[in-house]
Amino acid sequence: MKLHWLVTAAALAAFAAGCGERPTVTVYKKGEYQGKPDTQPWSGDRFKGDQLAWEKAIKARTNNQNEYTRLISK
Amino acid sequence: MARMKFLCDAERCIECNGCVTACKQEHEIPWGVNRRRVVTLNDGIVGAEKSISVACMHCSDAPCMAVCPVDCFYKTTEGIVLHDKDLCIGCGYCFYACPFGAPQFPQDGAFGMRGKMDKCTFCAGGPEADNSPAEFKKYGRNRLAEGKLPACAEMCSTKALLGGDADVVADIYRTRVTTRGGKGAEVWGWTTAYGKPEQKPGAKQ
Repeated sequence: MKLHWLVTAAALAAFAAGCGERPTVTVYKKGEYQGKPDTQPWSGDRFKGDQLAWEKAIKARTNNQNEYTRLISK
Repeated sequence: MARMKFLCDAERCIECNGCVTACKQEHEIPWGVNRRRVVTLNDGIVGAEKSISVACMHCSDAPCMAVCPVDCFYKTTEGIVLHDKDLCIGCGYCFYACPFGAPQFPQDGAFGMRGKMDKCTFCAGGPEADNSPAEFKKYGRNRLAEGKLPACAEMCSTKALLGGDADVVADIYRTRVTTRGGKGAEVWGWTTAYGKPEQKPGAKQ
């Protein structure tokens, strides 16, 4: 009889143990960016999606840092 | 496709801190946060003093991205390392991982608690609508979307700090060192950048 109660109590305890289990991490993708998506720099009002125009503008600006070519060409 | 990089020429940097000021002014950076700073080695030693401007180097294999527990970092197609401040929990792991000390933590809240991480964005804003007030408030001005380069590099008076497409920056630097003269270690090497070992103490005047 005592064993019967012990088995029942153990079964109830085991059954109830799962009730409080909640997932602690809702979304988890290892190693992947989890934030908001960003847009490309040429997709705004200034370049309106024209990637080539943006790259040309950036290259011109970058080349402007070379005073050897800049001063000689002017 | 452009691959954006910074390069600082220690032979030209005069420690004017113009890049630091330009950055702070451009993005209205709060007190106590320095996205860019100038580091001087052998300070006060005549002939051996070298300065270099340091910020986020937008690493190809960025350690900050690797250690972030909430994966708030991303890399743009131009190779710029950016992060989402809405996701950042301000834990500071990126600060410990970064070899350049780039991540900054502004004081936030009534008791000066550590806020969300702030760092150099290569003037590329963040994951908000380009040139929107929200983007400016969180990440600063998005000069790249305006077809401009980072303010620090464009403001540099001696052109010690170069920024832009890595191939073009490398070409500029190559032209510079070949014009400067010399060959091998005296042009590119450690001693050129950080001073000669024999010029340590004693030379101070």
